[in-house]
This record gives sequence, structure tokens and C-alpha cells, in this order.
Amino acid sequence: MNKIIIESLSLQYSDGTESLRDVSLDIRQNAVTVLFGPAGGGKSTLLRCLNRLNDLTEVKSSAGRILIDGENILDPQIDVIALRRKVGMVFARPVPLPMSIRENIIYGLELAGEKRRAKLDEAVERSLKLAALWDEVKDRLDAPAIALSGGQQQRVCLARVLALQPEIILLDEPTSGLDPISTGKVEAALQELKKDYTIVLVPHSVQQAGRTADYAAFFLQGELVEYGEGKSIFTAPKEKKTEDYITGRFG
Amino acid sequence: MEKSLNWREFIITRAIKASGYSAIVFVALIFFFLIREGAPTLGEVDLSTLLNVRWYPIEDMFGILPLITGSLVVTIGAMLIAFPLGIGTAVYIAEIAPRWMREILKPLVELLGGLPSVVLGFLGILLVSPFLRVFLDLPTGLTAFTGSLLLGGIAVPTIVSVAEDALDAVPRAYREGAWALGATRWQTIWRVTLPAAKSGVLTAVMLGIGRAIGETMTVMMVTGNAPVLAIKLGSLFSPVRTMTATIAAEMGEVANGSVHYHTLFFIGMVLFLISLGVNIAASSVVFRAKKRAERILS
Repeated sequence: MNKIIIESLSLQYSDGTESLRDVSLDIRQNAVTVLFGPAGGGKSTLLRCLNRLNDLTEVKSSAGRILIDGENILDPQIDVIALRRKVGMVFARPVPLPMSIRENIIYGLELAGEKRRAKLDEAVERSLKLAALWDEVKDRLDAPAIALSGGQQQRVCLARVLALQPEIILLDEPTSGLDPISTGKVEAALQELKKDYTIVLVPHSVQQAGRTADYAAFFLQGELVEYGEGKSIFTAPKEKKTEDYITGRFG
Repeated sequence: MEKSLNWREFIITRAIKASGYSAIVFVALIFFFLIREGAPTLGEVDLSTLLNVRWYPIEDMFGILPLITGSLVVTIGAMLIAFPLGIGTAVYIAEIAPRWMREILKPLVELLGGLPSVVLGFLGILLVSPFLRVFLDLPTGLTAFTGSLLLGGIAVPTIVSVAEDALDAVPRAYREGAWALGATRWQTIWRVTLPAAKSGVLTAVMLGIGRAIGETMTVMMVTGNAPVLAIKLGSLFSPVRTMTATIAAEMGEVANGSVHYHTLFFIGMVLFLISLGVNIAASSVVFRAKKRAERILS
């Protein structure tokens, strides 16, 4: 089933840099869809369109539609705040907010108006367990989140998103600053999470793309070159450019 | 060749060192001079006279309490005005204003900071004080409140400039993190950006206080200069006299070495100590914040 339908999306930034050209893409529910390709290909831009984070950067022009559950989220009338609760995002650099671990995780819920202590405590435990971090931090939830290691911080960020119980999770190179062990933990967590969520991932390497992708989309200079099941793209790509990139001839 | 380079290196290093140390030396010399000229007061004037409520030097009444309270009332009033206005402006410039607006506003605010205070005092006498007299129905428009208003105006640019830099230095990633969690713009500013820039914002406020308490020209022109003890609520709307204005107004007319002369220097000492206290408080706040950050990162 298609959770997100992107219809001929184009976007150009004010300074003319990274942009998208006529991208159409269907993203399946309960699967990991990987957007990969060399830097400047428009992957992050596309992610940031999906939760309208681009509203706050200088965009020159954009066209096309993005439907989530049939609703066009690029419509200026929609409730952006509600959208961002439904579509969570994890960034490349772990950015715990300047608060304790617990506060980081319940921050989004508090913003949404949840005040009941029991609910919040339950959310903290549930989301930390989902992010495979509970055992490491359960004794020091009130420590500042910045005191954790990079890998732990990134899982705090993931847990923070999970606490809101979104339907879609966007991850923008979530493991680019992490060691292999932490990376493995995050990837394993994603495989668990896809049972309940729709996951869109920009991986930080082709290898990660290959490991995690149920579906994969290859982007080159703002254009979608190839899209299909992960297995077929990484073993038998149809396009020459995709093959060149995967085999390491450029990029 | 190498030797001459070493020489140049040596001279330049020493010159930079010397200019660095000279700042310390100057402050020490100023303080020494203040003490030398001001300390004799303690021997010449009874403490009971000094801590009295009458400042009337011609009849040997040297009560400095009205001057201290005058300075405090005007400064506190100024901060009550400048604090919300300054932080609000800084938040607007750093967080909300579109880029073109920011590029106009920031230089404009800094220009305001460079406005000579005597010009502001001039405006105060001609515009603000007549307006306040009529509007608030006061016997005179030259009051502590008038001084607070104008001092607030003087402190705002300092606060805006420093606080805006601090807010601007907060990583964009913090804001995006909060937005992505569904925080509104205001929630992001209040719960994430401002706390992250806390130490810079506090420094801004402290610098603003320092600027306000040391300001002379404007307050001398608009506060009426009546050395009356200002501890009632109504004293905000009656004339007061600040420490700075007293020194500026009377220093030119005292006999060198007289009791009055020494007392003016004593007031200078008090002022110096207050400024020092504010500065130490400011830097200890920043220092503590920095140490905490270092501890966390290490």
C-alpha cells in the first residue's frame, strides 16, 4: 500500500543550489524506502519536503504535490504542526535539545499538551526500548542528554521522534557520525520499527543502502534516475548511471 | 635572515603582551587613585553623616544615601523597560524577521547605540519631560521615571546587540530539531533557543545594567537633580539625583583637597564597586555556564 505519493515535485532554492526536478515516487507503507545517490542530489531536500521543514528555508519556487494518506501536504492550508507530529524526523548530526534525556523525549508530547505523568513515563520507557537505548540509560534519565555518546545521542533523537507515535519516520543520514556498532544498533532498530511505521531513509553509504532497503530510489542532480525493489536495484540495476554509482565508478 | 625574523617575533610578542597588561595596569591605577582621593572621607566625615539622607555639602551634610537610591531607582526602572524591549527585539531580529528586515534592523539598532547621550538628554528635556508632565499630571516632568525611560533607550542597543549575537550562535539544528517535533515558532524560541543562549543573554542584560548605572549626561539633564531619598513608590515620579550626576555637576566647583572633594571621590569609589560587582556577576554566570559545558563535553 502506498503511504506517500509524490507527484512531479520540483523545487529550487533561492541561491540556486540543490533542487528537485519533476520527481514522482510512491512510498510503501511498513517498509524501509532508501533515497540514495551522490551529494547534492536532492535527497535531503525531498525528505525536508515531506514534513514541510523547507518552509523555514529560502525556497525560490516549488511545484507538484505530495499526498500522504491522500491529503496534499504542500497545501498552504494544512496544519503543519500536526503534520510534523505525524511525520517524525531524525537528523544527520544528533542534536539532543539542551535538556535531560527524559525531557528530550517528552518534549514533543508536552508540546502536544500531554501532562499526565504516568503517560509521559510510559512513553519514555516505550520509545527508549524501541530505540534500543533503554538498558543503557534507564538509571540516568535525568542526566543531560549532551553527556551521552554520539551513538546514544542519536538514539535519543530517534526515541524522541518515536515518543510522538508518528506514522512516518524520516531519517537523514542518521548514522553518518556513528561507529559501526552504534550504526548496527540503529539499523537493527529500523528493521523492527518498519513493522509499525513507514520509514524513509537517506543512508550515508551505498553499503548501508544495500543492507537496509526494501525499496530504493537513486537520485542524481535533482532527478530520480531509478526506483524499485532494493534487491533488484542493488543486484541488477536497469540504468547505467545507477550501476556506475553502486559499483563505485563515481560518487 | 632567521635571526631578524626571531627578533621581529620577539618584539611583536612583547608589544602585544604589553598592551594586554596595560589594560590591567590602567584599571589598577584608576582604582588606586580613587582610593587615594576618596578614602580620606572616612576619616573626615562621620559614618552617621555619610549614611544620612541629607546631601547638602555647603553645610557639611554629606549623606550619600539619596544619591545611591537615586541611582538604583533610575537604573532599576531603566532595566524594567530595557529588559523586555531588548530581549524582544533581539528575538525578533534573530528568529522572526525576514533577512532583509534583519539587515536593516541590526545596523539601525547599533547606530542607536552610538547616539551621544547628550543628544538623548536634549530630546528628553524638550519632548519626553513636557509630555510626561502633562500626561501624568505631575508638578515637573524631570523625574526618575523620565531618566529611566531614556536610560532604557540607551541600554536597549547594548542588550539587543549582545543578545542577538548569542541567539544567532545557537545551532540551526536545535531549531530544526524542535520544529520537526511539532513545536511552534514561539515554543521553539521559548523552550529551546533562549535556554540554549542563556549565558549570552544574561551577559547582555548585565552589560545593559552596567551601561545604565554609569550613564551621566542624560540623567543629569532629565532627572531634576534633587537629592531626595527615593524609597517610596511615588519617588519614581519625583525628581532624584544619581551618583554620576552629582559627581559631574559638583566636581568642577569644589576646592581641591576639601572634604567635599574627597566625598565626591568616595562616591566614585562606590560607583566603581557597583560596576565591578555587576561585571563580576556577569562573568561568573558566563564562566559557570562554560565550565558546565566543558564538563559535559569532556
